[in-house]
Amino acid sequence: MSEHDHDHHDHHHHDHDHSDLSETELRVRALESILTEKGYIEPAALDAIVQAYETKIGPHNGAQVVARAWSDPAFKTALLEDATKAVGTLGHVSRVGDHLVAVENTPHRHNMVVCTLCSCYPWEMLGLPPVWYKASPYRSRAVKDPRGVLADFGVSVPKETEIRVWDSTAETRFLVLPMRPEGTEGWSEQQLAELVTRDSMIGTGFPRKPGARS
Amino acid sequence: MDTEAAGHAAKAVPGVPRDDEGPVFRAPWEAQAFAIALSLHERGLFTWSEWAAALAEQIKRAQAAGDPDTGETYYQHWLATLEHLVATKGVTTPETLHRYRDAWDHAADRTPHGKPIELTPADFE
Repeated sequence: MSEHDHDHHDHHHHDHDHSDLSETELRVRALESILTEKGYIEPAALDAIVQAYETKIGPHNGAQVVARAWSDPAFKTALLEDATKAVGTLGHVSRVGDHLVAVENTPHRHNMVVCTLCSCYPWEMLGLPPVWYKASPYRSRAVKDPRGVLADFGVSVPKETEIRVWDSTAETRFLVLPMRPEGTEGWSEQQLAELVTRDSMIGTGFPRKPGARS
Repeated sequence: MDTEAAGHAAKAVPGVPRDDEGPVFRAPWEAQAFAIALSLHERGLFTWSEWAAALAEQIKRAQAAGDPDTGETYYQHWLATLEHLVATKGVTTPETLHRYRDAWDHAADRTPHGKPIELTPADFE
């Protein structure tokens, strides 16, 4: 695939202040509500099926992007400068949305992304959002008490590390660039990519440690 | 969740995009459309052979209209098949589908970004 700065797809009207569903998404939602009202399907059962395939949805390019940034300082610089453009240069990534911003975790700062909507969540890179990500309590609590939310996920960030919460907008989507785990010197990009979890790219988790099983 | 039923569907219906482990999806809505068909099948609304025939018919019609059918549009046909079958089985009508589609569009328009989009009676007015 060639390089695209802006890859226009099926979102027709991109206003800043309201939500947007594609024509196809509208039709799926219409079917789902009618069938639910008539008792043919149960939303919870549908969610369970979709969740069972969460690792099978979308190209999951995020892990490759992170692994490349860990291995190639020039790519990392480019990624932090303009993530949409940098990801486009990888060639195999087709639709990352127009305004992707990569934010880097350091010993001084931990980044975490919140939003309740799929439309601002870069599922092309990360796969499906987790269910809790869409729940409004997560969003509001994450803004007020990020450390508490992280603790709920079993993630403890050192006290001296600042936690920065990024709220996606309709225009901008975020990808957290986690810190490269220690003990991975000399690893190939492919090996590194296997350590990158979805949650580490949202900031609600860390990459796997070398030797840990998934 | 019963991935066995999903695996069965993927085998019974020709062309379902898959890897070694089972179905794969290009976007979340594709998985939702797949899940709807799976649920309706479990409810006994259609058999997989009936579904496969209806889907083949949709694909044939789309190809006649110029669809390149490279696999990228597979779930578009899947969705059209769902809409067609629920109407022919008398579950709903094309008009109702359209009305709900418009209502969802309205709901999305009035929902500020970042809030869950929910359908309310006012969206139908």
